[in-house]
Amino acid sequence: MMVVERKNRMKSLTNKKKVLEQKPMNFWERLYLPAIFQGMAITFMHMFKKKETIFYPEVKREFSENWRGMHSLKRDEQGRERCTACGLCALACPAEAITMIAAERKKEEEHLYREEKYASVYEINMLRCIFCGLCEEACPKEAIYLDGNIVESDYLRQDFIYGKNKLVEAPFKA
Amino acid sequence: MSEKVKITIDGITVEVEPGTTILNAARQIGGDIVPPAMCYYSKLEGSGGKCRTCLVKVSKGSEKDPRPMPKLVASCRTGVMDGMEVQNITSPEVIEARKGIVEFLLINHPLDCPICDQAGECDLQNLGYEHGAADTRYEFDRRTFEKIDIGDKIQLHMTRCILCYRCVFTADQLTNNRVHGILGRGDASEISTYIQQSITNDFSGNVIDVCPVGALTDKTFRFKNRVWFTKPVDAHRDCPTCKGKVALWYKGEEVLRVTGRKDQYGEVEDFICNACRFDHKKTSDWVIEGPRHIDRTSVISSNHYETLQPLPVIQKNKTLMEANKVEFERTKKI
Repeated sequence: MMVVERKNRMKSLTNKKKVLEQKPMNFWERLYLPAIFQGMAITFMHMFKKKETIFYPEVKREFSENWRGMHSLKRDEQGRERCTACGLCALACPAEAITMIAAERKKEEEHLYREEKYASVYEINMLRCIFCGLCEEACPKEAIYLDGNIVESDYLRQDFIYGKNKLVEAPFKA
Repeated sequence: MSEKVKITIDGITVEVEPGTTILNAARQIGGDIVPPAMCYYSKLEGSGGKCRTCLVKVSKGSEKDPRPMPKLVASCRTGVMDGMEVQNITSPEVIEARKGIVEFLLINHPLDCPICDQAGECDLQNLGYEHGAADTRYEFDRRTFEKIDIGDKIQLHMTRCILCYRCVFTADQLTNNRVHGILGRGDASEISTYIQQSITNDFSGNVIDVCPVGALTDKTFRFKNRVWFTKPVDAHRDCPTCKGKVALWYKGEEVLRVTGRKDQYGEVEDFICNACRFDHKKTSDWVIEGPRHIDRTSVISSNHYETLQPLPVIQKNKTLMEANKVEFERTKKI
C-alpha cells in the first residue's frame, strides 16, 4: 500500500529514469573470476596505449592562447616600467589580491620608470588571486598581463605574496 | 518682498525669487536636469560663465516676450524671467553642444588620470564620462608647463588647468592679498604667482578644494594613495580661525588628507583654514562625527561602509548591547 502511494507521488518529470533491478547473482558471477580477468584485460590494454601523464615541470603542456597564468609587469620599448601605480587593478580585483605603494619619480630615474609616478611596492597575493584577468582589463597603461606559467607551489603562506622582484619583467638585453 | 517668478525646466515648473539664475533654479528642482558646471561656484561671487558646460536652450524667453533665445545660453549667468521655458537634457541640441564643450575642455588636458591625485573625485572626469566622446580627434601637441610649487603645501600642474578662474576668485574673496592670478591671454594664459611667490594666507589651501580638476593639488597628499582607497569621515574641531568642519580621508588608522565637506555639486560647505587642512593629521586632533555619505555611483563608495555606529536595533536593546560590547568600544575609539 505504502509503495503504491509513493510511486504515484514521485512521478518522474522525464522518462529518462531507469529502474534498477537487483537480481541474485548466478554461479559465474559469484565466482568473481570472469570479472577480475575482464578488469585485468583492460589494464593490460592500457600498457600499449599512448601515455597521458607528462613530467611537469620538465615537460609542459601546450597552453591555450588565452591562458591566464602568473602576472608580469611589463616594460616599454626603452625598458622602463610601465606601471604608474594608478590602483585601477587593485580596484578591479574581486579578490582584493593586489596592493601597491606609489612613489614619485626623481629626475635621475627617468630611464627606469615611464611616468612621473611609479609603484615602489607592488604585491599580489597569489593565494587570493583567482586569475580572472580583470586587472589586465582595467590597466590603462598596458602594464600588467597574466601571461606567465602556473604559479609554483610553496611551503609558507607568506611566500605567496609576490613582490616586484618576481613580477617585473626582466630588463631587455641589448 | 518681490513676487516669485515661474520657470519651467525640462517640463518641471518651479517658483523662484527674481534674479535667480537658471542654474540655481534647476538646483532647486534637483536631479538629472541640473546642468553640470565646471567654473560656477555658488560660494564665490562673480564665478561662472567661463567653461560653457552649463549651456541650456531657452525655448520661450518669458511670458511677455515668448520668442526663444537665438543661441544656447550659459545657465549660470542667465537670470530667470517669468514664464521662461528651458530645455536641458530634453534638447538634443544642448547634449550635442555639451559634447563639443567637453571636447574643447579636453583639447589641452593631458589625460594623465592614472597619475593625477584628483582622479576619482574630478569634475572633468565625471563630465567627460557622462557627456564626452570616447576618443579624441586632436592630433597636435598639447600645451605643456613645468610643475610649479605654490608654497610648500600646494602644487600647480598648469597642464591640467581648464582656466575656470575659481582659485583666483577664492584667493580674491577669502584672503586679503591675492598673490596669484592669470597671466597671458587666450591660448597662452596660465595660472601663476608670477615670480613663484608662495601663498601664505590662512585660507589659501581652499584653492585645492575649489579646483574642479587636478591642477591644484595638496602636496602633503601627493601620490600617497588613490582617492577611492581612502575612507572619508566627517569630523570637527575647535578651530580659532575657521568653523573647523572637515572631512578626514582615512587609510587604515592614518589620516592622509583633510578637505572641506563637498556637497553634491562638488562645492565645499565651509571653507577651512590651512591649520586644519595641513597641520592636524592625527585622529586625536578631531572629534569624529561618522562616516561621510558617498554617492553610490561614485568610485569612492567601493568598500565604503556608512554604518559605523551599531544599528539602531542594537542601540535600543539591552541584551544586544551587552553582546556587541566589543563593537561599541571600537566605534568609540574611531
